[in-house]
Amino acid sequence: MFHKEKNIQIKNSASALYNNLSVLRIAPRRLTYFTVVHANVVNMVSASWDGLNYSHRQLQSKEPNVATSTSLIMQAAFCVLPSRELLVVTSQKGIQMYESDGSIMVYWHALDTPETPTAQAVFARGIAAVSENYVCVGVSSGAILVFDVPSKGSNITLSEVLEEHKESITDIASECSGSQECVANLVTVDDGGSLCVWKSGEEFQLLNKIGGFDISCSSVKLWKGTVVAGYGSGQIRIYEAVTGILQSEINAHARWIYSLDIAPFSGLLLSAAEDSYVRVWHLSVTPETNSVEVAHLHNECVTDTQICGAKFCDGDGYAFAVTGYDLSEIIRYTQT
Amino acid sequence: MSTRTLPLVFINLGGEMLYILDQRLQAQNTSVDNSEKGVWSENDRKRVMSDIVGTMFSKAFMDELLKPQQLYSHRTMKTVLTRLAHTSIMRLNPASMEKLYELMVMAFKYQVYLCPRPKDLLLITYNHMDAIREFVRDTPAVANQVDETHRKLIEVYSPLSEGEFQLLRQTLLVFFQDMHVRVSLFLKNQIQKPNGRFTLTMSGPVPHGGEVPGLIRLLDVKGREVSRHEFPSGGSYSSAVREGSFDLHGDRVLRLGVNMYTMNYPEETHTSRNICAQPDDVPNLLAKEELNLLARIMGSMKTEHVHSAEGSFRLNLFASDQEEEEAQGGAWTCVNVSFLCVCGVQDEQAAAELARIAGQFAEEEVRHEEQSSSKGDELLAMMDDL
Repeated sequence: MFHKEKNIQIKNSASALYNNLSVLRIAPRRLTYFTVVHANVVNMVSASWDGLNYSHRQLQSKEPNVATSTSLIMQAAFCVLPSRELLVVTSQKGIQMYESDGSIMVYWHALDTPETPTAQAVFARGIAAVSENYVCVGVSSGAILVFDVPSKGSNITLSEVLEEHKESITDIASECSGSQECVANLVTVDDGGSLCVWKSGEEFQLLNKIGGFDISCSSVKLWKGTVVAGYGSGQIRIYEAVTGILQSEINAHARWIYSLDIAPFSGLLLSAAEDSYVRVWHLSVTPETNSVEVAHLHNECVTDTQICGAKFCDGDGYAFAVTGYDLSEIIRYTQT
Repeated sequence: MSTRTLPLVFINLGGEMLYILDQRLQAQNTSVDNSEKGVWSENDRKRVMSDIVGTMFSKAFMDELLKPQQLYSHRTMKTVLTRLAHTSIMRLNPASMEKLYELMVMAFKYQVYLCPRPKDLLLITYNHMDAIREFVRDTPAVANQVDETHRKLIEVYSPLSEGEFQLLRQTLLVFFQDMHVRVSLFLKNQIQKPNGRFTLTMSGPVPHGGEVPGLIRLLDVKGREVSRHEFPSGGSYSSAVREGSFDLHGDRVLRLGVNMYTMNYPEETHTSRNICAQPDDVPNLLAKEELNLLARIMGSMKTEHVHSAEGSFRLNLFASDQEEEEAQGGAWTCVNVSFLCVCGVQDEQAAAELARIAGQFAEEEVRHEEQSSSKGDELLAMMDDL
């Protein structure tokens, strides 16, 4: 179903972090950007579709105007809004937002870091663009920061802080950005496996809270009103977002799941874990009957690798890319 | 990231160090007491072990480690571990320490990497502590310290969630990143490939709390199963085995962290570097902060055991004279210089402090090169091929 393409070399190896790969397709320029986090650096590669040109850029996590500051990065992700695209980088010190090519930093938000380290680690993790003009970022305290992003410029402001989670945020996902109208368009998950479903707006509204079972949820996706969540136990659970009803449970992986992705036009689901496997599934959702169907389509085993990132490279799921801990390459697969 | 890594790092790295030293020292155990010159006796070995364990598990040192803080750099870690080793009657030259450090780190990297569940990091640590307890069973005072520390760890780490343990593990994996030193014992047992990377198997039991992959279940609105079908998982996994004990004593079940170097299989633990850049090449921008931490840690180590020159023995871990020559010009000097360079930019006082700490080692090295010890010479021969 899929065959391996040529690997893309990156400047440093990938760190073992959840969702450690972000992909942005730039159709007008026939380019795709990839970002992979290595300790305190974001490695960016711009790959031309003809496979002939690759250019690299590295972004450090640092506070503006502070020469020697550096901190470990937890996640880097592209945020696609109707008016613009940003690259958001979250670290132990704060949140940085760049233009999508990584050329200019447009915003810096500092986290409240205590003078002397505390037992509870401080960091930001979990990034998603929501609706027309919001970017949501999670924090280790469990809070979700909602940033209001204008259509251009750097006048980004913190609009709201959502305090519902009691444990560190692990991932955030949204759907229906822009024109489509959705009841629930944001889901946030945490280290205890709790899921919160929200509706965005001037004031975000909590629609549902689904309790966890102390099994960390490391990756989540929202599609057609359905939440797809990956857990440390290797299981994938599928819930109806608004009601919180569990619709499917898959014993998908033998180790901790690190990344999930959905190709919205085809319903293909990608899951990747520390067990070296990337699996492709097909999801179909029938909202009228509240039913979900899941079929397993394909496995790829990346030998001797604990996978930390897996993403489709396009909305149909025609191609996907994978990163692994200690690997200095992005591995790619395309449909045969 | 995690601020709770230090105690686990020291106990596990320290544990690996003791396994290696124990195996090397036992290899030449042909005399019961100190009377025979040129022989490393049972008493000497036990003394080395109890001195190092005594310092490592001293209340002051442990309390310092247990304070929430960021993980140190490799340079700092190496400095503290060297100082730890030197609280015994043993003296390791810098190149030996370098090699020993690589062995310790690669062993711990392997254990953390293969750790089935993040919480099993504790079982790995407890495996090391169980073995350490055995090493010092003839010194009740030190054995008590180990027990006390164990109780402290249980108190501090038991409340952590699986997610917090995974953060801890991820922090450790950043620390180990890009280290691919080949260890002959690992290569021989095929847990490491010739390119220095560890092998992962697609078989065996799933971690405790996990399910064997291969099943899709669909449920109705009431949570009842309406259908189930299987899919090929590609591996051959089996159900989880019972959970190991997290108590002071008990069957840990997990084998990661137990002594790989045993008397029955005296393996050559030859190490060779891979070509990729060493993590220490990047100047440490947090050097000043780390120096403060380092000074505090050193300060908390007991310095009661002031061993006179005759009582100390050199250790050389080299395979050949050529390597020794290269190393004398190499490793230590580099570390010294780069440390001081970074400090010179940041803080004069901190630089002086580090030079003093580093100077302690340099001084001791010079002293020992001037005095030959026949026991030390025997040790040189013994340490070949480590």
